[in-house]
Amino acid sequence: MDNIQPAPHLTKTEAQLPGIQTWLPYQSTEACCEPVAHIRARDLSICYAKHLALQRVNLVINKGCITALVGPSGCGKTSFLMSINRLTDLIPRCTVTGQLQINEFDVLTPSTDLLHLRRQVGMIFQKPTLFPFSIKKNLELPIREHGKHARKTWATLIETTLQQVGLWDEVKDRLDQPAQALSGGQQQRLCLARAMVLAPEILILDEPCSALDPISSGIVEDLIVSLRGQYTVIIVTHNLAQARRIADDVAIFWAIDGIGQLIEHGPARTIFESPQHELTSAYITGARG
Amino acid sequence: MLTQTKDTEERIWTLMIWSSVGLISLGFLWILGDLLWHGWTQLNWNFLFSSPKNSGREGGIGPILISTSLIIGVCMIIAWPIGLGTAIFLAEYTQDHHRFGRLIRGSLDVLAGVPSIVFGLFGNALFCQALGLGFSILSGGLTLACMVLPMLIRTTEESFRAITSDQRLAATALGFSRSTTIWCILLPAAMPGLLAGSILGLGRAIAETAALIFTSGYVDRMPESLLDSGRSLSIHIYDLAMNVAGGNPNAYATAIVLVSLLIIINLTASWIADQWTTSNQLPT
Ligand SMILES: Nc1ncnc2c1ncn2[C@@H]1O[C@H](COP(=O)(O)OP(=O)(O)O)[C@@H](O)[C@H]1O
Ligand SMILES: [Mg+2]
Repeated sequence: MDNIQPAPHLTKTEAQLPGIQTWLPYQSTEACCEPVAHIRARDLSICYAKHLALQRVNLVINKGCITALVGPSGCGKTSFLMSINRLTDLIPRCTVTGQLQINEFDVLTPSTDLLHLRRQVGMIFQKPTLFPFSIKKNLELPIREHGKHARKTWATLIETTLQQVGLWDEVKDRLDQPAQALSGGQQQRLCLARAMVLAPEILILDEPCSALDPISSGIVEDLIVSLRGQYTVIIVTHNLAQARRIADDVAIFWAIDGIGQLIEHGPARTIFESPQHELTSAYITGARG
Repeated sequence: MLTQTKDTEERIWTLMIWSSVGLISLGFLWILGDLLWHGWTQLNWNFLFSSPKNSGREGGIGPILISTSLIIGVCMIIAWPIGLGTAIFLAEYTQDHHRFGRLIRGSLDVLAGVPSIVFGLFGNALFCQALGLGFSILSGGLTLACMVLPMLIRTTEESFRAITSDQRLAATALGFSRSTTIWCILLPAAMPGLLAGSILGLGRAIAETAALIFTSGYVDRMPESLLDSGRSLSIHIYDLAMNVAGGNPNAYATAIVLVSLLIIINLTASWIADQWTTSNQLPT
């Protein structure tokens, strides 16, 4: 955490530095080399009643990359994530203004098919939010609701998804047991699997590791890294070292006078090695935040 | 010094708590003992299944048990879906401080406190007369449904509200429609509360006298349809004790049956709620 690591996808050889070897080795994929915009926010502002939580965010998120949102608490990171799948609609008197596009598709227009949007954008919360049913039923509910797969293919879909999140060997003998009996890290991976059975393009993760012990956190982190290229991943993290290890792009949020804003964003390497904004440099050196 | 006053205070508290517990248990045991003492000799299988004779002084309570179950059945079949629907509407479709929701909630709270005799008069005017159902099991059941609904709705609503918003968020984020969220996620979680509410309602309905006197009537014959008049257990007890000289022993025996039914219902309900929680969740 002390010496500055290069953004791994840019210089593969330099990434193999000693130190945090346990979950470093991974391959970067083609998708990040030629950035293709996937999500575009233009002048996006979020208001809770009269309180402006996030002001005029302009941000482009690239397809297949891992984008880390970092910044101190209360600067609007969660609010930003929730506007992408319009969970903000659930909060009374919360208004989102500006423009938000996924590909060419406008998210904020009232006519948006919300159920479709939310199947495209899988979300993971800080605390694992499994339903109080068996492991299998937790995965079957979204498959059934999605309604695209014949019932006889469910078992294979569940198996492949659980294998993708590295959970199959751990749970294959107890698919019928309560999901909430799993450990925290397993639960979080199951949440990820539950989102992935819907084949989303985008995964948004709100501090997925912060409620986990270091070992589980490392496993989940590895898993997230393995998703690079297949999904566009946006991850909120308080752990700068983690952002440095896994992110292709980094966006720094900050609350200035109580109003959240995006103060700087760009490739992880640029942000960590030559930050432009003075708050960013203070934050990444640990002087503030 | 200080510790001594603490000690005495502590003792007084303990004494007060234990004596109130003792008083309550004593009262309950007294009633139970009294019932058993006076009614035990009358109780046998024959009493449960045969018809009352000689105005109920002799014979059993067979038709009365049947009428009672029919009245309760009608009441629950009507009250359950309406109660569940209203509760879901209040908990999931109205915001906490919305005026309409507040109005409904306020009215329900007032209705829950209205004495049952008022429901009896209302049921008589509406079901027996205006709708022409006469003194019948159907009228009685419908009246009871009106009576238990306010409480049923409020307890069910509370059990929906007690579910953490995580589950709603997670379900919504997975693209579940509102109806799936409610039926597949929230309803199972609210089930124990819903059961508890139904049991309270059932208990109140089974023990009801005043609301039934004007609606389901007195007739102690075996009912042939829902439109027949039928006598409930509680009315039977009331009638034997008040209007029939020499009816007391059978009134006591009937009361034992009624109390046993209440106890059985309560035990079953808590057993079901337990099963439900342990099969769906971790024992915490
Ligand atoms: N449901 C809500 N109602 C009102 N204000 C909220 C709500 N959620 C968040 N806020 C406010 O919005 C601001 C940003 O919050 P949040 O997006 O949770 O920040 P972060 O995730 O970066 O910690 C905070 O000032 C917070 O008080
Ligand atoms: Mg947050």
